[in-house]
Amino acid sequence: MATPDPRATAPPSTTTDDHPTGAVDEIEVRGHIVDSLLLPKILDRILQMGGTFEIHECTIGVRRSDPSYARIGVHADSPEALDAIIGDLVEHGAAPVDTADARVVPADVATAFPENFYSTTNQQTQVRLHGRWIDVENQEMDCGVALDAEAGRAWCVPMIHVTVGTPIVVGHAGVRVVPLERARESTPFGFMSSSVSSEKPKAISLRSVAETIRATRAEGKKVLLVGGPAIVHTGSAEHVGRLIREGWIQTLFAGNALATHDVEQALYGTSLGVSLTHGAAVEHGHEHHLRAINTIRRAGGIASAVSSGLLTSGVMYECVKHDVDLVLAGSIRDDGPLPDVITDTMEAQDRMREAIRGVGFALLIATALHSIATGNLLPAWVKVVCVDINPATVTKLADRGTFQTIGMVTDVEPFLRSLAVELSTPAPGERPPS
Amino acid sequence: MTDSRTPRILMCPPDYFGIEYEINPWMSVRKGADPERSKAQWKALHQTLVDLGVEIDLMAPVKGLPDLVFTANAGLVFKDLFIPSKFRYKVRQGETERFEEWARGRGFQIVEQPEGVNFEGAGDALFCGEALFGGYRLRSDVQSHQWIGERLDVEVLPMELIDPRFYHLDTCFCPLAPGVAIYYPGAFDEYGLSVIADRIPTRIEVRAEEAVYFSCNAVVVGSNVVLHQGAPRLAADLERIGFKPHALDFSEFIKSGGSAKCLTLRIDGEEAAAWKST
Repeated sequence: MATPDPRATAPPSTTTDDHPTGAVDEIEVRGHIVDSLLLPKILDRILQMGGTFEIHECTIGVRRSDPSYARIGVHADSPEALDAIIGDLVEHGAAPVDTADARVVPADVATAFPENFYSTTNQQTQVRLHGRWIDVENQEMDCGVALDAEAGRAWCVPMIHVTVGTPIVVGHAGVRVVPLERARESTPFGFMSSSVSSEKPKAISLRSVAETIRATRAEGKKVLLVGGPAIVHTGSAEHVGRLIREGWIQTLFAGNALATHDVEQALYGTSLGVSLTHGAAVEHGHEHHLRAINTIRRAGGIASAVSSGLLTSGVMYECVKHDVDLVLAGSIRDDGPLPDVITDTMEAQDRMREAIRGVGFALLIATALHSIATGNLLPAWVKVVCVDINPATVTKLADRGTFQTIGMVTDVEPFLRSLAVELSTPAPGERPPS
Repeated sequence: MTDSRTPRILMCPPDYFGIEYEINPWMSVRKGADPERSKAQWKALHQTLVDLGVEIDLMAPVKGLPDLVFTANAGLVFKDLFIPSKFRYKVRQGETERFEEWARGRGFQIVEQPEGVNFEGAGDALFCGEALFGGYRLRSDVQSHQWIGERLDVEVLPMELIDPRFYHLDTCFCPLAPGVAIYYPGAFDEYGLSVIADRIPTRIEVRAEEAVYFSCNAVVVGSNVVLHQGAPRLAADLERIGFKPHALDFSEFIKSGGSAKCLTLRIDGEEAAAWKST
């Protein structure tokens, strides 16, 4: 008998990430609504009551006796405000479009959803409970939705965490996806389009990334860096170290390779046996990474190696020194691995899930594996920039559903160097974060 | 023999009329209504209408249904169709069965509205020209008007009633002929006023001090307008545009929130309804 998994049976204890929300519902109004001024009256009332609207569909009758029809999205600051508005509009003939509550079926098999489960996307989703739309917490693609009717909460649950009895939403009735607000032209991020190309003006793209990182920090959200070993191979570890020191990165996801070669560089000055100062292969250099892993294993881990004074530079060192939330996820090709690497992939996913809460911007650099794994976990409203010398990496990410990704095809070293310089220069009227 | 052009009106004698509950700001159970005086006032209306050439259809009064006397709320007549009311308040819901019985007996085809909507008949639905003007929110639901518009293939213009004293459309709006109506502006919001201004070229505004005498609650027979006394300015306005006012005393019924119009249901179509002449 499996022990109940609290991740599935209880609502998440962490609060869900901020996302562009408020409360939204869709109403329809039909009949003689034009000459009777009912439609303008309904629209006026939405505004008078502090809401906003968007006309999704409008058909006007040809003859006076022909009915007209309008489908209107109504937005308010809170569910209570929305209830008040909809309640008022019903008096004038409007009716909510979707009137069914979400249907749930208790899971009958552990670590599997009931048949016909609702499969999630990474976009903000709401389920209807007792006539009211509630946000699905911990939005993540390729999950199911657990719904606790008593607590009035719904959350994404990965298949692996389903326990027998967990109420899981089935079918599409009473479930809706709230479209993302369109990016405004004036925001730095709005400038960049998601198409991948090596022929874009890099300086402007780079400044946009820097601006977005500044804005993310100014909002109090975290910046996530997902990196591959090419960061070390290309000599960019010092730029990443600087970004961490200056407070621009709060979370780092990587695999065994980045950490290993970073430590190798710190201890031997090589990466994959190649000297980072001369660029030439060093004799017995191929052993360096394994010796580096061994040293850290003997020290009891990266943090112990830092505190004992064994490890005194590099990305890992800066992470320990600056309390960066570091998640190292292993893979089948790993040497060692370092003791900090989580070798159980499901456990690694869960650690990453925890660590992405509060992330407002993700920078994915030179790793297909960890970028896609991270993309799978991120809700669609977290901005993602993927930097890779191979355009296929960016395309893969978008193809797997992380459609918000903006790609930059470039060598990582000049990118990271310029980014570190750009962020070190305070923007007008701004101070670097402490 | 009844001439097809003879105006026909449904009335119900006030044998059991009284104020037994309070469902509008006018009603006061404590004050009540005087049975004898109400009977006399009703008879005077009956006689006036007969004198104007109206054929009166009488319904049997029913004990325990004091408002059955207000036949305007029986339902909506459209050609040979009768759409019975669905009263908002339970105390009046017993009337529907009686009105349906009457309509069936007169050869009307009964058209039932869907469950769950309120609709109070000619009290809240009045033709003026081609369009059916509706009053909603206080008694009838706007959904009922939209449903009727679709069912009858006529244009409906639902207008919100915003003053609880004028809780039915026929207490604040009275079509006299196609394109001609009297109305009390204070009972409508700006949207309703725009609709009236847009669709009714000849309008007489009733002043607030006369509107409270239920002056808009008038019975129109040809160019004759039967209404409560105490509205001399409206009477003068009516004469000016070629209508003849007949002022009677409806004070006992006003205590219940009704006057001349409420006591009648035009069976052959209101004077202002365009369909009547087609």
